[in-house]
Amino acid sequence: MIVATFADFMQQIVSGLASGGIYALLALALVIIHRSTGVINFAQGEMAMFSTYIAWTLTVNHGWSYWPAFVATLAISFGGGVATHRIVIRPVERGSVLRIVIVTIGLLIAINGFVVWEWTGEPQQLKSPFGSGVVDVGGVAIAAQDIGTIVVALVIVALLWALFQYTKVGLALRASAVNPAEARLVGVRVTWMLALGWGLAATLGAVAGMLTAPSVGLDPQMMQAILIYAFAAAVLGGIDSPAGAVVGGLILGVLLNMLGYLSQYGAFDWFTEELRLPTALLIILVVLLVRPTGIFGKPEVKRV
Amino acid sequence: MSRRATRIAGFAGFAALVVVVIFLPAFISDFKTQQYAYVGIYLIALLGLNILTGYTGQISLGHGAFMAIGGYTSAVLMVGNTQFGGPIGGGVRDVWTIPIAGLVAGVIGFLFGIPALRLSGLYLALATFAIAVATPSLIKRFEEWSGGGTGIQLFGKPQATGSLAGQVTILGHTLTYNEWLYYLAWTFALVAFVVAWLILRGRTGRAFRAVRDSETAAVSSGVSLARYKTLSFGISAGYAGVAGGLFVVTNSYVNPDTFPIALSILLLIGIVVGGLGGLAGLVFGAIFVEFITFWAQGEDLGSHFPGFIVDQTKKPGGPSIVYGVVLILLMFLLPDGVGGLFRRVGQLFSRRR
Repeated sequence: MIVATFADFMQQIVSGLASGGIYALLALALVIIHRSTGVINFAQGEMAMFSTYIAWTLTVNHGWSYWPAFVATLAISFGGGVATHRIVIRPVERGSVLRIVIVTIGLLIAINGFVVWEWTGEPQQLKSPFGSGVVDVGGVAIAAQDIGTIVVALVIVALLWALFQYTKVGLALRASAVNPAEARLVGVRVTWMLALGWGLAATLGAVAGMLTAPSVGLDPQMMQAILIYAFAAAVLGGIDSPAGAVVGGLILGVLLNMLGYLSQYGAFDWFTEELRLPTALLIILVVLLVRPTGIFGKPEVKRV
Repeated sequence: MSRRATRIAGFAGFAALVVVVIFLPAFISDFKTQQYAYVGIYLIALLGLNILTGYTGQISLGHGAFMAIGGYTSAVLMVGNTQFGGPIGGGVRDVWTIPIAGLVAGVIGFLFGIPALRLSGLYLALATFAIAVATPSLIKRFEEWSGGGTGIQLFGKPQATGSLAGQVTILGHTLTYNEWLYYLAWTFALVAFVVAWLILRGRTGRAFRAVRDSETAAVSSGVSLARYKTLSFGISAGYAGVAGGLFVVTNSYVNPDTFPIALSILLLIGIVVGGLGGLAGLVFGAIFVEFITFWAQGEDLGSHFPGFIVDQTKKPGGPSIVYGVVLILLMFLLPDGVGGLFRRVGQLFSRRR
């Protein structure tokens, strides 16, 4: 029998928050897109994975150092997101839900294929900017990677919040999401705002991918499970609520880690690693059935 | 075309399909025969999915999960799971396990249809997608039922119909192993096709279409949403179960990765290629689903697309690019699939008259 200690427990909480931060970023990307264009982007995970490969190839094949590569990747991803909306999504945006779903799935397959085609499916190693060291916080040893992940996630969320809340572009973005027709009337270029939303989402995904790769290894399947966690986080928090996505992501990260941790000590002993994904699925189903708007969402009113 | 002419053309088309199905193995290699057995299996799955998505308007990205239920039901009934510590002895001949597989999956699909009533559109897509992703881990978790990650081996078991290979001779032709699989799959496929047609042509089919076109209008005309949505889920999952059972029999092996998320996606693509809300086009959808997999494994892509590098060891993934792009273009250009194209050509002729 392993003895549980307070330090152990705190470690698990922090590493849960770190994975939760990643889920939160990707969930935020999903929420931004869903709010503005009403699309659930099944390719979000693959877009993030693609961005991470760009960061990897810049650092490994082109000799860039980490942070410049990080910034360049964000810029490229932003451009890619905007282009994706303009070229691929706009033509079907007003069509049936099925068409949109299939187009984003086509995107998923094509991006995955492109990455495998360009860089093979071999697992790669993206180095962590935070090193593999351990930081002592009040007697609790915590991986530097975990702390770095949490900090970066929080900074990004804060920046995004500031963008939406305090800038003119942010206001236009919110206006186009809430009421595109009236936004257009007052001179907001709505289609560009939607494309901008896609760009921001792609950028968020890129951050999530670059934070994920050092701990799980970089391969074309890297983000697939994380996409499901992000779905679960977004649904849990309310699929139209950015704050909800962040809170949902953190809750989910800590919850899954805690279940895994406690199952070692006899509590929740039915829980095994294989049940991580099904648990996320269960959360999605239960939330959709019991409270479809999630924790923070507002009920949707449908006019006939 | 008048209604009667359409009906006659439909019967003629089906008769032609039956004839082609019967004689096809005589003209193709043994290996191709097995591939066409899979075409029959995919046809069943696509028929089921189209009843749900094309006719009733409920998106499922998780039909691979229902196939998995059917597949495991067949495998467990054939060889049992006592060797993993499970309760079932097995020993049932594969042909009889298939309807049971359909029934089990159908009941589970019906039950899933009840919570799914509260979801629509994108949310349903999301929930079913999550199910498809989670299925392999769930199968691994319940090891004493499913054999865990190792899976269940069916090859060479006397319960398999293929074990009759070389023993039966019809008109001087001795049926090979793959021909047994082929005729087994296509017998079920043709029956499934007729059953789907019978279901969809009458009252039930009208109710399904009413739900798809406008739920509000359907309710105000007295169509029970709960009844027809769950029914559609049940029938659709039952079809998937039958397809899953046949898939496992043909594969003679099942493990948690036999029914990956890619399969669920492929099925959805199959009905889009074949045409939503039509039956005949699905044959092309099934052919597409079967052979795109072989493309994706890089069989003869180089000969189809000269620009692509043939050496697959250096550049895998190329087929997926083509595949994804084709899918997107299809949505832009041909949203009604091959079946829709046929209908358009048909209309062209009728206008001319």
